[in-house]
Amino acid sequence: MAEAQNAPVQGGTVPAGSTTAGQIAVAAESTVATRMSAPPSYDVADFPVPHGREEEWRFTPLERLRGLHDGSAVADGGIRVEISTPDGVTQETVGRDDARVGRAGKPVDRVAAQAYSAFEKASVVTVPKEARPEEPIRITVHGEGGTAYAHQVIELGAFAEAVVVIDHTGDAVLAANVDYVLGDGAKLTVVAVQDWDDNAVHVAQHNTLVGRDASFKSVVVTFGGDLVRLHPRVSYASTGGSAELIGLYFTDQGQHQEHRLLVDHNQPHCSSNVVYKGALQGDDAHAVWIGDVLIEAAAEGTDTYEMNRNLVLTDGARVDSVPNLEIETGEIVGAGHASATGRFDDEQLFYLMARGIPEADARRLVVRGFFAELVQQIGLPDVEERLLAKIEAELEAAV
Amino acid sequence: MATLEIRDLHVTVEADNATKEILKGVDLTVKQGETHAIMGPNGSGKSTLAYSLAGHPKYTITGGTVTLDGEDVLEMSVDERARAGLFLAMQYPVEVPGVSVSNFLRTSATAVRGEAPKLRTWVKEVKEAMERLHMDPAFAERNVNEGFSGGEKKRHEILQLELLKPKVAILDETDSGLDVDALRVVSEGVNRVREGGEVGTLLITHYTRILRYIKPDHVHVFAGGRIAESGGAELADKLEAEGYESYVKGGASA
Repeated sequence: MAEAQNAPVQGGTVPAGSTTAGQIAVAAESTVATRMSAPPSYDVADFPVPHGREEEWRFTPLERLRGLHDGSAVADGGIRVEISTPDGVTQETVGRDDARVGRAGKPVDRVAAQAYSAFEKASVVTVPKEARPEEPIRITVHGEGGTAYAHQVIELGAFAEAVVVIDHTGDAVLAANVDYVLGDGAKLTVVAVQDWDDNAVHVAQHNTLVGRDASFKSVVVTFGGDLVRLHPRVSYASTGGSAELIGLYFTDQGQHQEHRLLVDHNQPHCSSNVVYKGALQGDDAHAVWIGDVLIEAAAEGTDTYEMNRNLVLTDGARVDSVPNLEIETGEIVGAGHASATGRFDDEQLFYLMARGIPEADARRLVVRGFFAELVQQIGLPDVEERLLAKIEAELEAAV
Repeated sequence: MATLEIRDLHVTVEADNATKEILKGVDLTVKQGETHAIMGPNGSGKSTLAYSLAGHPKYTITGGTVTLDGEDVLEMSVDERARAGLFLAMQYPVEVPGVSVSNFLRTSATAVRGEAPKLRTWVKEVKEAMERLHMDPAFAERNVNEGFSGGEKKRHEILQLELLKPKVAILDETDSGLDVDALRVVSEGVNRVREGGEVGTLLITHYTRILRYIKPDHVHVFAGGRIAESGGAELADKLEAEGYESYVKGGASA
């Protein structure tokens, strides 16, 4: 695979494990924060209406946001949320003033702030201290053609362990914030599936606060929608936390799928590992991946790696992949990142077919192989099977 | 008995907004068990012949016929040709991201044999074939040709040759870029397949070096898009001594 063209290393020493396939800035002050057009805020009025040239909006087709960014999108319900909780796990619907809402992080852009300013009731799922429900917590969000602003909180007490599957289907215009709060030693796995109908628009910020020695694993799977823009953010409440962020996307003709990640190493001796992989096919399929990792001056002993791989299956698709690593301390275990975009081209197809493999099988082989390593890490057989079936269906549709 | 028959084959390629004829009437018959060496200078059209037979979309057949056991090869898609028994070992094997060698070999063998090989015997078959080619077992878990050295790529091609057991094997400059040790290992692999007597071999090469390891029954000199001279193994000795000069001049004046 050809390495994507990226900005060169900007000064400073490159720590072990780093690649130069992206930007590594050794800075006294973070530009991750300063290049946003406004500081984080819960109030939408603190953000100017974006015009499209801002760093955080420059890849997003604003005209397809259906007014989520300029205040013109009016909530009319139109999504149906069902939450099934195993024994011992509680689910509450709470007002805006509940102390648990918005604790994991502030909105960082206009749409997230719009969602925060506009939602009426938040849903809070709590896994009590030391509870280990055997079954996953399942949240289904089904769009019924309307516009909605939503807020979801998932909180794990100390040493609790849980799996959450959030499934998005149907047609909706949805802006949301999701908070994951992990107590000390807690373990949370979240699988978020974006399996929207073709017209859906989904913009969400995920805020994760990882407690002392806690482990967070996130699997983001994006297939559907006209425009999906997700912004998973992780920070640490104390030392010893770990975050593993896995993502898969299959971007089809005309779709815009954008994943923007930030891991803020603000505490010492924490780790993070980010792997996102995407396949694209069809005219005007557009995938955007922004991977920001910030190692703050206090975050000694940090170990982090982030990677983005894209497989372009046809002409007419476009990938923007921008890894960005900022290091404010040299006292770390490791920090690295890589980004590569490869094409499945006619020569590869010829090679496989010259070994007797029919064209459709050749494509399937390449795409399944590309995703297999990540699919195996999900750890939920029903989700894995559904995902593989979905990949097959996407490929069938193209052939 | 398997026979590949090439009759008056004409092939063009599009380059720089112009159509260029590369093959200008190739006649050749390769029978099961025979080994034909095709030798010629750079640009004579040797590789075009190889890729045209395999069905690469870059090349347009403008005249002539190719049959395998009487079946019209030119009517077949690339994968159909492979399943019919044609195999092309490529000069520049292509990297295929995301596909492991083991997955690739099994998918290919399933396609060519018409059924999935039994897993237990298959694992053994692959392992033994890799050992004979001095390939590390870890190789099977790497992505096809990704990060392979030149020698590894060629061994991988010959591994496929051994596993797929074609009727006709076309080896396109398999010797190029190999050191003497790798050349010997690769040649031994080709010879093992030849000794079965089941395969017709078309060995395309620029150098006579590989013919010390793989003895051809027939040697053809390729020049100006066609076969300029045919003979036995002794023709290779003449080329070794005299080079291609006389053919290049002859081709230019013709």
